[in-house]
Parts: sequence; structure tokens; C-alpha cells
Amino acid sequence: MGSWIIIGIIVLVALYLTLAYNSLVRMRNSVQNAWRQIDVQLRRRHDLIPNLVDSVKGYMQFERNTLTQVIEARNRAVDAPTQEVRLQAENQLTAGLGRLFALMENYPQLKADENVLQLQEQLTTTENQIAFARQAYNDAVLELNNRIETFPANIVANQFGFHPADYFQAPVEEQIVPKVDLSLGTPRAS
Amino acid sequence: MTARHADFRELERRNRRQTVTLVFVFVVLFCALGLGLDFVIGGLRLSDGHLVGFPFLTILALIIGCVQSLVSYYGGAALVLTSAHARKLSPDSPKHQMVLDVVQEMSLASRMPAPRAYLIDDPAPNAFATGRDPQHSVICVTQGLVDQMDREELQGVLGHELAHIRDYDIRTMMMIAVLVGGVSMLADFFMRWSFFGGFGARDDSDNEQREAGAMVAVAVFVLALLAPLFSQLIAMAVSRQREYLADASSVEFTRNPRALLRALEHIARTESPLANASRGIAHLFIVNPLEGAAEDGEGFFNNLFSTHPPLSRRIQRLRELLRERMDVPVTVQSSRQS
Repeated sequence: MGSWIIIGIIVLVALYLTLAYNSLVRMRNSVQNAWRQIDVQLRRRHDLIPNLVDSVKGYMQFERNTLTQVIEARNRAVDAPTQEVRLQAENQLTAGLGRLFALMENYPQLKADENVLQLQEQLTTTENQIAFARQAYNDAVLELNNRIETFPANIVANQFGFHPADYFQAPVEEQIVPKVDLSLGTPRAS
Repeated sequence: MTARHADFRELERRNRRQTVTLVFVFVVLFCALGLGLDFVIGGLRLSDGHLVGFPFLTILALIIGCVQSLVSYYGGAALVLTSAHARKLSPDSPKHQMVLDVVQEMSLASRMPAPRAYLIDDPAPNAFATGRDPQHSVICVTQGLVDQMDREELQGVLGHELAHIRDYDIRTMMMIAVLVGGVSMLADFFMRWSFFGGFGARDDSDNEQREAGAMVAVAVFVLALLAPLFSQLIAMAVSRQREYLADASSVEFTRNPRALLRALEHIARTESPLANASRGIAHLFIVNPLEGAAEDGEGFFNNLFSTHPPLSRRIQRLRELLRERMDVPVTVQSSRQS
């Protein structure tokens, strides 16, 4: 009788360990996947920016400064040697694009250029997808970290070398940038 | 956030249970109808408390019931799209491109695979999602929604639909839509059979047998009459709470209660019914697409027979969410372009 109880307990513990380990792996994969989603969008942004700058620079002669800043931030992000430098450049790029979008509002001729409108839509959705992907990434990180740091899963996490992941912080200056509406047509009440 | 996460897993489990129950009830109902037909027009009868004859129609009904459940599960989305007269949404105009982009955005926000997008040519702003699981999901919008909504409002509406996808509401709602249609068809069929081929056709047999057969026939007859009403009631009961939950999840995805709030307020102002929405798929839509459904009755009876909670109450709940959000300081990730 006693031995059956012991065997039962061992089976239960083994079952728990398996489930806890598997769910940790799932969460870690979901964090990595969420990171890849951000990466895909950042790269798409790199591809789009030279086109946009080329298309608008004819109209926006007096905004050379902003255009150069955007291009430079983009190039720094593409050539970044480390992740940290890259993220910094990406954040500057986000801020620069916000300024550029805001300035573009002052040039009504841009609204008539179909090519520009198309690029604007592509960049707008890319910006939004970066933001939503970052939000999803942070949610995934929160889930993983909560799991890793709470009892009893923390024991499993320590044993098998699971580490808390870092959050993707939104840059401070980005929060100051005014929100820009690039939607087509419909005016927006705010 | 983790609490919410647990919530949606619980919702998913509940939806699995409900789908299984639904299919089970449906197959049993089918078999009951088959049994009734066996007594009335088939060779089955009661003799000294024993069943005599082979329940051919019952077995046939069992097979048909199972096949129809399988067809509903794998082909339900296509059936729903066909009955709504939807076609694939292609990036043939800037606004259509924007809708496709926003679908991508919200699928990232909800951490779901991107659903395929469909379009209904109708000026009434509305949308629904369907499919058997998130990997095989579709989102369908009306041309009216495309024309009248800006990006922020679209995010709110599509976020609501992605919440239905994440919670597996789409599967339950799809099965109800397709099986309810099946039950009504079967009820019609059975009533025709019993009138024309049924009761008068028996020539032999003593009174007792005829009575037993007639009783079963009457029971099944009543069942057939009640079945459509019954399934309609299920459809109503299960979908109302889901709308509130999906509204809340949409806000969770957009981090912006104003998005869906503005969209619903806009829809409440237009109040136009959809031309191609049948009763069978009405419960799939974000707002009730049926004629006269937009009025905001809140009485018990109105609540009992409507598939959607009153729009005014949904708007009120979103306003409360917006107020709460205004009170709390800006969080880590609140910046969002729209």
C-alpha cells in the first residue's frame, strides 16, 4: 500500500515536471517568435524608407534636414554592429519618421501623388505592425517572466536554465511625438 | 495580463465543450427523427413490448447526422461565406489595401495567425469572423464598413473579430449556423413525409400498435416543430455574452477603447440592415444585421430573442473602460499611431 502511494507521488511529480518544462519551452518559443515578428517589420521599414524619401524629396525641398536624419538613422540601423546600437537607431528612426509624417501634412501636393500615398499606407501599417508586434512581444515576455519567477515553476526554470527575457522599451521621445493620422479619405474626429 | 490570458484559455475550453454538446444533441435529434420515421413509414413496430423490424431509417439518420456534422466542421466557413454572398477581398483600391493591412496589424496585436479577408458588397457597415480554428479563420467585412470607417475604427472592429477567433467563438457560432440550417431543413422534410406518406398508409396491425406508433410519431412531430426554435434560442443565448467579451478583448489588443467605441457609435447612428443576412447567420455579425434589430429595447423579451446585446449597452461599457483608462497614468507601451 505504502509503496503504491510513493509510486503515485513520483508519477505525479514527473507529470508536473514534464508539463511545467513544456509550457516554459512554449512560452520561450513564443517570445522568440514575437521577436521575429518585430524584426520582419523593422526590415520592411528599412526597405520602404529610401523609396519614400526619393518620392517626397522633390516636394519637400525645405525639409532636407528631416529627410537626411531619417535616411541616416535608417542606415545606422541597417549597419548596426550590435543589437543595442541597432535598437537605438531603430528608435531614432521611429521618431524621425513621426516628424516626417507630421511635416508631410503641410504639403497638400503629396496627397495627390498616388505613389506617395501608397508608400505612406505601407509605412503607416509597418509602423503600426511594429508597435503591435512590440506590444505582443512584451505580453509574451511578461508571461514567460511571471512563470519563471513564481513558485513552483521557478524551481523547474532554474534547473533547466530558463532566463527572464528583456522587455522592448518604447523610446521616451517617441511618446512625445504627436500622433499622426495617415488614413485615406475619411476625416477623423478627435 | 496573465489573468486575461487564463480567461481566454477558459473561454476556448468552454467553446470546445459547447461545440461537442451541440454536435451530440444534433446527432441524437437526428436519430430521434429517424426513429420516428421508422415507426411511421418504415418497417419498425412494437409487438408485445418488443421491437420488430429493422430500424433502417434510424441508422440512415445516424449516418447522415455524422456526415453533416463533419461537412459543417470542415466546410462550414465556405457555406457561411456563400450564404452571405461574400467574395475574397483583394487590394484593388487604397481602402481595400488598408483593410488588408489592418487585418495584419490586429493579427499581430492578438498574436493570432492572419485570417483570410472577405468582402460583402453591401452599404451597411458590419463584419463577422468564422472558421473552425484560428489557422482556418476568415474575417468578412462589408463595403459599407470599408467606406465609412477610418483606420482607428477598423482596428477596433477587426480587433473584436480577432477576439472571437482567439476564443474559438467562431467555431461554435459556425456550427450553430450550419446545423441550425440543417435542423430546419430536416424538420420541413419530416413534416412533409408524415403528412403525405405517414399516418394513413398503414393497413394491417391492431390498435395498440397503431397507438404506440402514433405516440412516437407525435412526439417526434413536436420535436421537429420545436427544433428550429430551440436551436435559435441556443444561438441567441450563447452569443450575447460573447459580444461583451470580444469588445473587451478588442480594447486589450488596441490598448485604445476609443477605437471600438467610435466604430460602434458610428454603426448605431447608421442603423442600416444588411440585404443578404439570413436569420441563420445573423448571430455571427458584430452588430445584428437584421431589419429592425438595431432598436435598443432592453426588456426581458427583447433580451431573450435577440442574438446581440443592445448597442447602447455595449457603447456604455466601452465608455466606462475609456474613463478608467483616462484615470491611469500612461503605461510602458501606450504610444500608438493610427
